[in-house]
Amino acid sequence: MSSDKIDIRYVAKLARLALTDAEVESFGKQLGDLLQHVEALGALDTAAVPATAQVVESRNVERADDVGPCLDRETVLAQAPQRQGSFFRVPRIIAEES
Amino acid sequence: MTFRTSAADIARRVNSGSVGAREVTDAVLAHVDAVDGSIGAYLTVLHDLAREQADRVDRRVKNGETLPLAGVPVAVKDNMCLTGTRTTCGSKILENWIAPYTGTAVQRIIDAGGIPIGKTNLDEFAMGSSCENSALGTTRNPYDDMRVPGGSSGGSAAAAAAYEAAIGLGSDTGGSIREPAAFCNLVGFKPTYGRISRYGLIAFASSLDQIGPLTRTVEDAALAYDVMAGKDPMDSTSIDREVEPAAGALRDDLKGVRIGIVKEFVTEKLGPEIHALYQKAYADLEALGAELVDVSLPTADYGLATYYLIAPAECSSNLARFDGVRYGLRVEGTDVGQMYENTRASGFGDEVKRRILIGTYALSSGYYDAYYVKAQKARTLIGDDFKRAFAGCDLIASPAASSPAFQFDSKSDPYSMYMMDYYTIPMSLAGLPALSVPCGYVKPDDGDRPMPMGLQLAAPLFEEVRLLGAAHAYERATQHARAGAKVGA
Amino acid sequence: MAVSENVRTKYEAVIGIECHVELKTKSKMFCACPNEFGGEPNTKVCPVCLALPGSLPVPNAEAILHMVRAGLAFGAEIPTFSKFDRKNYFYPDMPKDYQISQFDMPLTQGGVVRYWLEDGTMNECRLTRIHLEEDTGKSTHAGSGDGRIAGSSHSLIDFNRAGVPLMECVSEPDIRSADEAVGYLDALKRTFVRLGVSDVKMEEGSLRCDANVSIRPVGSSEYGTKAEIKNMNSFRSVHRAIESEIARQIEVVESGGRVVQETRGWDEVAGTTHSMRSKEQAHDYRYFPDPDLVPIELDRATVDRIATELPELPLRRFERYHDEFGLTAQQATQLIDNASLADYFDAVVGASNHPQQSTNFVLGDLSRLANETGTPVYQSPVTPGDLAELIALVETATINSKIAKSLLERMWKGDGSPKAIVDSESLAQTSDSGAIEKFVDEVLSDNAKAVADYKAGKTNILGFLTGLVMKQSRGKANPALVQELLKQRLG
Repeated sequence: MSSDKIDIRYVAKLARLALTDAEVESFGKQLGDLLQHVEALGALDTAAVPATAQVVESRNVERADDVGPCLDRETVLAQAPQRQGSFFRVPRIIAEES
Repeated sequence: MTFRTSAADIARRVNSGSVGAREVTDAVLAHVDAVDGSIGAYLTVLHDLAREQADRVDRRVKNGETLPLAGVPVAVKDNMCLTGTRTTCGSKILENWIAPYTGTAVQRIIDAGGIPIGKTNLDEFAMGSSCENSALGTTRNPYDDMRVPGGSSGGSAAAAAAYEAAIGLGSDTGGSIREPAAFCNLVGFKPTYGRISRYGLIAFASSLDQIGPLTRTVEDAALAYDVMAGKDPMDSTSIDREVEPAAGALRDDLKGVRIGIVKEFVTEKLGPEIHALYQKAYADLEALGAELVDVSLPTADYGLATYYLIAPAECSSNLARFDGVRYGLRVEGTDVGQMYENTRASGFGDEVKRRILIGTYALSSGYYDAYYVKAQKARTLIGDDFKRAFAGCDLIASPAASSPAFQFDSKSDPYSMYMMDYYTIPMSLAGLPALSVPCGYVKPDDGDRPMPMGLQLAAPLFEEVRLLGAAHAYERATQHARAGAKVGA
Repeated sequence: MAVSENVRTKYEAVIGIECHVELKTKSKMFCACPNEFGGEPNTKVCPVCLALPGSLPVPNAEAILHMVRAGLAFGAEIPTFSKFDRKNYFYPDMPKDYQISQFDMPLTQGGVVRYWLEDGTMNECRLTRIHLEEDTGKSTHAGSGDGRIAGSSHSLIDFNRAGVPLMECVSEPDIRSADEAVGYLDALKRTFVRLGVSDVKMEEGSLRCDANVSIRPVGSSEYGTKAEIKNMNSFRSVHRAIESEIARQIEVVESGGRVVQETRGWDEVAGTTHSMRSKEQAHDYRYFPDPDLVPIELDRATVDRIATELPELPLRRFERYHDEFGLTAQQATQLIDNASLADYFDAVVGASNHPQQSTNFVLGDLSRLANETGTPVYQSPVTPGDLAELIALVETATINSKIAKSLLERMWKGDGSPKAIVDSESLAQTSDSGAIEKFVDEVLSDNAKAVADYKAGKTNILGFLTGLVMKQSRGKANPALVQELLKQRLG
């Protein structure tokens, strides 16, 4: 287990959360405290233990390739914070991230 | 006709034609209008929708149909989609979002004749144990309005306890049905992970979230479970296994049932009064014919640490979609990145932000193995503990929460709030069916009025019928819920 | 570019290609919305592909089978266990702000793409993996005047494409030139189209690729610093972009500079690549197994069954046409790229047992007729059996090639089998020397001047005389025999 101090600004950037300086301070402390509790897991010997992603074993749940109904466009766009015609509108995109 | 009776009783009467669903619904709505101002169970009351549905149920009954939940008033936690209704998750980010579709569990309740009375308050995105993390309202405990109803399904708990519904629908990720049920003297039942479809349940932690009922009787919990459980093609993780009906299989004794008492769960730590209460509860189980056996869950103590890595990690990804692009709140910015950051900073409350941050951290490059994978491995060990324990017993009994309902603003440190779910989290991590059933009252440290407590019973995967059957025997023998809340009496 | 051929040959390019190919299915990857190109914006969306709160993904079984088919076609390993992971990053046209993809356990691993170049030489490029993921919506950038993201004031988003199944094919850096890159891409395209797993329409964006390009001195085995080239929207632009990037890197190195690792955009108009804004932060995609989806397990028997159901692949066809039948690479490619024509061709060869004549007719007169009439060959009245019959008539010298040509036109119009026409109209070529001698004598006696010219050394007059005899016989005389008899007579 690592007990590095959490780089809260970097994490907030990844999570796309704007934080005030006061929040950086308070969240940093709270998350640091929580990580202290979490460090307890270090005591468990898990070297030979498989990871559990899902508790109920299940495989190959798929659907047939059939087409079903779509939502009505007006219903969809009525919820848009900003729309332009039939499109969702967003402010300018700066970085290419895909 | 009083709506203060059980769901089973209401359905019986509506099906027999002795009372109309509309009549029940009007009475419940009038009661809600009268009392909910002081309780705050509902964020939205669905007067029109409820009446339309009641009329539909009356027509179906008149046409000869028998519906398992005919005319039963149901409170829906506001993290479940119901088409045309505001569905907020108790968050500013979804404050005005109208769901354009209905989730599977809610749809099954409606198809079975249940009446959606309204959408209930919750800790924001179901993250919390008191309902205090809701951005949209305060919910009070019907047993003491100075105290919290528990959480995160606190609104549904308060609604059921205050007779504002016969069934409260909740969701349980680490204890969010069982803890509020304990605080509000209800039966709170979390089925096996995957038993009830999550389609339409706004995700907190996908590998843990499970819908279940909060009710005033075990029979009602079984009734609601029977209606909602079963494979759903819209949820890949819903279990494809036949559902044995539970409502008709309730028992009156515990003969031949081995009940495990977890030796690591030392109730002395909870104070003499609470310790005595649980010793009495275990003795009552024994008196009903159960054999009490000691079991060990050596890694259960790691449950909290495990949970507070896995659940936030999943939540950090699940809540990414609240970005101000397609729906919900948007706070503008000079570019799309700024818009995201401003929207999410304004839209999410502190607890949600904390969990997003810790989860993002646990998944981030360089920490993934140390935190996330480590927690997933600990999860395996916790599950293995239960498998070993259940080799020697049929059910496990324990406290549902560490204390009775506490006063508002009394838990300022996040970790002390997390500790409320100490007993429920291990079962969640293992995906087990578990419930809380009323087991008596204790005087809280900070008050004189006795408050209800809950006994948690847990069963192996898929053994819901065994679990509900035993809870019914205990309930019938002890009748702890009988006193009821005094709201609007 | 100011790089001389001389300098250029000192360097070798090392190229790897990442290709995103939309799968051909009726519905999207994780929901039942139609997987169709175009349409009114935001009409092919539902709670799942719009990432409405509470919605959940359920994978499309056909898309998973397509992946297995694609992998098997290139000899990839199909692991028995595979799973979906979430790739977390924010982008406005990605509804969930994470993409369901595959991180460490893709549906196919390894494999080799064998491809041919225009001159018929074979080459190969190893595949790293092909994994399954979902497409994003489409952003239109406004306010910059040219539709580009740089300088735009806002963007408009259509989510119709969001959730369309996408396979990402990642190659090893085995490609050494722009020609090879296009050969490799052609092979992917042909194979996917043949398998029916994708339409591969670049103009509809159903195949998009990025190229990682670096250079190194010839003979070196180390890799140079690579640049990732984006925005190439046709195979032609892939070719041009790679050429241009190789030249740019050589120029940088030759002038004493260093190539920097970066993403570069291809500018189709300028014909150059340009540095794209460097990212503000390193990517940290926080991959983790998607808890909303369960793993995929493929047993050997299922994979084997899919393998036996695969159609004959373009590579095998090429080997057959080029190596066995002796077709030129161009002819073989022409057939392979028109699968129904190739199927027709195979039927003709099967019935006639004469690949060369089959090629001549199918790629020659029949393709011409198809072009002129707009009816594909396989839909014309000329059945492969009829064509084989025609070939047999030619091969047995029952008719000559001129008659064959006119017969084919009549067959195309639906006049029936060539043999029937030949029989009913006595079109069979005559090799009866008595009859032909009679025509020859008539022609020679009518054309004394030509005979004199021939004897005076103008031997090329023979063709003219042959034509006259053929005309006299109404085209039925065997032209070879006519010439032979003419020569005899003319001494």
